[in-house]
Amino acid sequence: MSKNRYPRLLGLLPLLGTLLLGGCNMTLLDPKGQVGLDERNLIITATLLMLLVVVPVIVMTFLFAWKYRATNTQATYTPKWSHSTKIEVAVWTIPVLIIIALGYVTYKSTHALDPYRPLESDVKPITIEVVSMDWKWLFIYPEQGIATVNKIVFPAHTPINFKVTSDTVMNSFFIPGLGGQIYAMAGMQTKLHLIANQNTELEGISANYSGAGFTGMKFKATATTQEEFDAWVNEVKKAPKQLEKAEYEALSKPSQNNPVELYSSVTPNLFQTIIDKYEGMNPGKPMHHEKKDKEVAHNMEGMDMSSHSAAGAEE
Amino acid sequence: MLGKLSWEAIPFHEPIVMVTLAIIALGGLALFAGITYFKKWTYLWTEWLTSVDHKKIGVMYIIVAMVMLLRGFADAIMMRTQLAMATEGSPGYLPPEHYDQIFTAHGVIMIIFMAMPFFTGLMNLAVPLQIGARDVAYPFLNSLSFWLLVSGVVLINVSLGVGEFAKTGWVAYPPLSGLQYSPGVGVDYYIWALQLSGLGTTLTGVNFLATVLKMRTPGMKLMDMPIFTWTCTWANVLIVASFPILTATLALLTLDRYMDFHIFTNELGGNPMMYVNLFWAWGHPEVYILILPAFGIFSEVISTFSGKKLFGHHSMIYASGAISVLGFMVWLHHFFTMGSGASVNAFFGLATMLISIPTGVKLFNWLFTIYQGRLRFTSHVLWTLGFMVTFAIGGMTGVLLAIPGADFVLHNSLFVIAHFHNVIIGGAVFGYIAGFAFYFPKAFGFKLHEGWGKAAFWFWISGFFVAFMPLYALGFMGMTRRLNATTNPEWVPYLYVAMFGAVMIAVGIACQLIQLYVSVRDRKKPENMCEHGDPWNAHTLEWSTSSPPPFYNFAVLPKAETIDPFTEAKEAGTAYQVPAKYEPIHMPNNTATGVVMGALLTVFGFAMIWHIWWLAIVSLVGTVAYFVIHAARDDQGYMVPVDVIERIEAEQHKRLVAAGKVPATATRVETSLEQA
Amino acid sequence: MSNLVTNVGHAHGHDHGHDDHHHDSGEMTVFGFWLYLMTDCILFASIFAVYAVLVNNVAGGPSGHEIFELPYVLGETALLLFSSITYGFAMLALFKGKKTQVLGWLAMTFLLGAGFIAMEINEFHILIAEGYGPSRSGFLSGFFTLVGTHGLHVTSGLIWMAIMMYQVQKNGLTATNKTRLSCLSLFWHFLDVVWICVFTVVYLMGTL
Repeated sequence: MSKNRYPRLLGLLPLLGTLLLGGCNMTLLDPKGQVGLDERNLIITATLLMLLVVVPVIVMTFLFAWKYRATNTQATYTPKWSHSTKIEVAVWTIPVLIIIALGYVTYKSTHALDPYRPLESDVKPITIEVVSMDWKWLFIYPEQGIATVNKIVFPAHTPINFKVTSDTVMNSFFIPGLGGQIYAMAGMQTKLHLIANQNTELEGISANYSGAGFTGMKFKATATTQEEFDAWVNEVKKAPKQLEKAEYEALSKPSQNNPVELYSSVTPNLFQTIIDKYEGMNPGKPMHHEKKDKEVAHNMEGMDMSSHSAAGAEE
Repeated sequence: MLGKLSWEAIPFHEPIVMVTLAIIALGGLALFAGITYFKKWTYLWTEWLTSVDHKKIGVMYIIVAMVMLLRGFADAIMMRTQLAMATEGSPGYLPPEHYDQIFTAHGVIMIIFMAMPFFTGLMNLAVPLQIGARDVAYPFLNSLSFWLLVSGVVLINVSLGVGEFAKTGWVAYPPLSGLQYSPGVGVDYYIWALQLSGLGTTLTGVNFLATVLKMRTPGMKLMDMPIFTWTCTWANVLIVASFPILTATLALLTLDRYMDFHIFTNELGGNPMMYVNLFWAWGHPEVYILILPAFGIFSEVISTFSGKKLFGHHSMIYASGAISVLGFMVWLHHFFTMGSGASVNAFFGLATMLISIPTGVKLFNWLFTIYQGRLRFTSHVLWTLGFMVTFAIGGMTGVLLAIPGADFVLHNSLFVIAHFHNVIIGGAVFGYIAGFAFYFPKAFGFKLHEGWGKAAFWFWISGFFVAFMPLYALGFMGMTRRLNATTNPEWVPYLYVAMFGAVMIAVGIACQLIQLYVSVRDRKKPENMCEHGDPWNAHTLEWSTSSPPPFYNFAVLPKAETIDPFTEAKEAGTAYQVPAKYEPIHMPNNTATGVVMGALLTVFGFAMIWHIWWLAIVSLVGTVAYFVIHAARDDQGYMVPVDVIERIEAEQHKRLVAAGKVPATATRVETSLEQA
Repeated sequence: MSNLVTNVGHAHGHDHGHDDHHHDSGEMTVFGFWLYLMTDCILFASIFAVYAVLVNNVAGGPSGHEIFELPYVLGETALLLFSSITYGFAMLALFKGKKTQVLGWLAMTFLLGAGFIAMEINEFHILIAEGYGPSRSGFLSGFFTLVGTHGLHVTSGLIWMAIMMYQVQKNGLTATNKTRLSCLSLFWHFLDVVWICVFTVVYLMGTL
């Protein structure tokens, strides 16, 4: 009977998948920053741990299906056998053990890789304020007093503190080659800490769909030496455009595939002004939900966490 | 007079839409002409559209699901084609405003209008039979639920030709879905299509919970209910607990859009993050609503075709329950990247991982059901084995995504797309197709063609791997979801391969359509006929009655004191005993109320979408008034006389004799099974 | 939604004669109505959660403290609580089979409920006239949504009650009418409980 061939054929399929997965330039598996490296290692560790149970299950599926095929009358047949305490204990225990191991890894890594946690480094970090707009990214360098659209440059080996907000719908600020992402939301500030381990040129994107021009919401992220960075800052300071109120309003109009813009100066406190536009989220009296997030409270300024605790309370 | 509606709402300038509309119109016309020509309108109306029979409602649900599968799949092919074409500077053939509607519609259709009705249809078909009941607890409500779903289906399809559909993604997060950023009618179509069908789903959940709690045949203990009934029951618990959240969330979005409320807006104190929380508080249980019944089908299939009792029946029930309860405590894992803080993220990550424990237990239980069995490699078994392999991989990638640290880079990437298609296609859809092939003979009295069924399986599973393994890879390469064009040349080969995989799945679907055609054509061949009712030598009560079952299901309520009552009756030789005399049976009358209310509510939804207020008021008042009149009739149903039952059962007896299931000389026993 | 009480659970599980039928299907209907109330409970829970998130987002507008008038709301509350008691008397009369009394108590309940709704509409009207409508702030949106959802439930309960009074008047205390009055009773008391939560969470915690 041709039926007998099926299990072997089926075995080829995941193999095909593995072939496809291997041997190509995978940004996330070859990151250029420490955070990304840690996240990659976490992915690999977790996958290997899970394969401990997934591979046997797949192998057993083929083995059992083959051995106990109806045409194999040699095999034992126990139509009424449906319970075995030994097996039940085993099938509950094995996943539990794997999950305990994985849970430990998860708990540790979640705290270590928390995007709000500043990176440990001897180098003084630089701050970049990020605003998602329809449909481009505005970057403000408060310490340097310059601003750019759809392009950032920063020194390698220097921690970068991204402060992120949105002047439109929700986006997600993401440089895949460096590691983690964080949502950009209007009326509040989220934080992301990254570092580049080498000089490199990377793609930055929005990872959360935000409307018609979403696809073109890309930027170049360049990690350079400190000297090149300083030179670049000086060059931007000579740029003709200045990000004043009128200029910002013009920039706010929806645009797709916006070209790179450089601004030699920025209205002071522009970032906070953009957050404050949506003041409804921040009432006069302080919110009383903040105790929930003790660990991050010290570096949470505008971020309003109340929705998590309150909407969670519904359960 | 007509609100926002005008001729401009019809996209005459979009050739793709107009051609689609023309095809739909021609198809509809052909169907209409066919029914008229064969004079089937009365039959259709009295036997199907107004039916309160759970079996017929189940069949209608599955027909809707299959039609919507074709619609949703057409969207999928269009998206894959666009992404294969729109590379390195080419814009492809779909402009963003069209492409964005397509991926939104694809998601909504596949989840709400394909998977949900497919599961509901199978549940309608099998659950009352499995517990030895004659119908569901509230047959009229069941009909109303179905027609509410149809209302949603009609609205989402009308959006194709009149106006537009939402361009927000199927999650419709505000503020993008708010009035400021989505001023068109697209989101309103989304809201009302989901709201109406969601209401129907809630009523279904209530109905089937009452059915399994109150209508089991005498002697059947809760823990002895068949496993498919149990997984459906857990799904219904989840429906009852989670769909009201969707109802509330959509209503709040409606207030924002229609009455200038500030609940989810950016301005004046609205909180968009709250929508995200509420949406997933419904949305995560929703995926378990889809997968649990599929688990039940796999369990039925694997134990039937292994010729064995299911290993660990109770353990399966507890595992499903654990999945249901935990499924409610993990919604935040859909947005670890919102900045919730490490402790919150860790909690939800760990809770999510816990779900893999009961799920793993289920996989092992299926394995040990095969163990020391006699596995017949039918198409149902192929779907099941294919599921076990595919789902093991999909489960693994799911747990990976549950680790916040990993999710920070994988979130919203194509890796996520690959993962949930891996579990929804490889889990839910495979399960529904297996269930369709499994229960098809029960509904119609003949089997589906095995060859075409197996061909469909091989195209589906290989197509799935070819289409979605590249997406895992693309996720690792940093490609995010919902892009309408790409610029990275390294991604192109993967996008081509994925496109080819989608074509393979299309061939698989074509095989299924051919399978249906061939099976209907050859239905009278003796090897395909199985009107005696038990084509698979199965274990549970639904197979003890004829196929299709008589409208009253069981002439005498069957006896059920163990997990596999039918197997044991067959072994004891008591399976087809005929009682000395029958009692009259009480049955509900058919009613047009469900279909009329559904039609009126469709009009209501349409009127709300286009701000035609007078029509909205008229149709809503009409709906309530019609229901009140229906209720005032106080229809108590009717009694089926004994001679009718005698006649139907005598025919069944003849079929059983012809099939060699009972000796021709069998005499009537004095006691009915119920009393025995 | 609130009016969706199916008339009879037709296909009951047992093969009894016709006499048991009414009793059986009535019990099934009430059971189903309980399940429906659970779904409604979750609906309200969601809206309560939303209100709790929005309560401080006054966006420069008034807070609850500034706009709620506790004595007025206490009056409203008293009307609704009394209506629950009078409905209880209607049910007692129902069990005794006294049609006129049932109608009388139902009419009383209806009037109290209608009074509650009238007071609520008046409250809303005053707020909107002062410029404190739902569009003013997230807090007011949440307030109008929560209180309004409850009000809509009470209104549909009133419509249902009016229909039931007509039915009882016309057909007497039939088994079907008994079942439906039992369901309405559950519904009415449920709305009372929800109101107590609304009163506590919105008005009491808002003013104190």
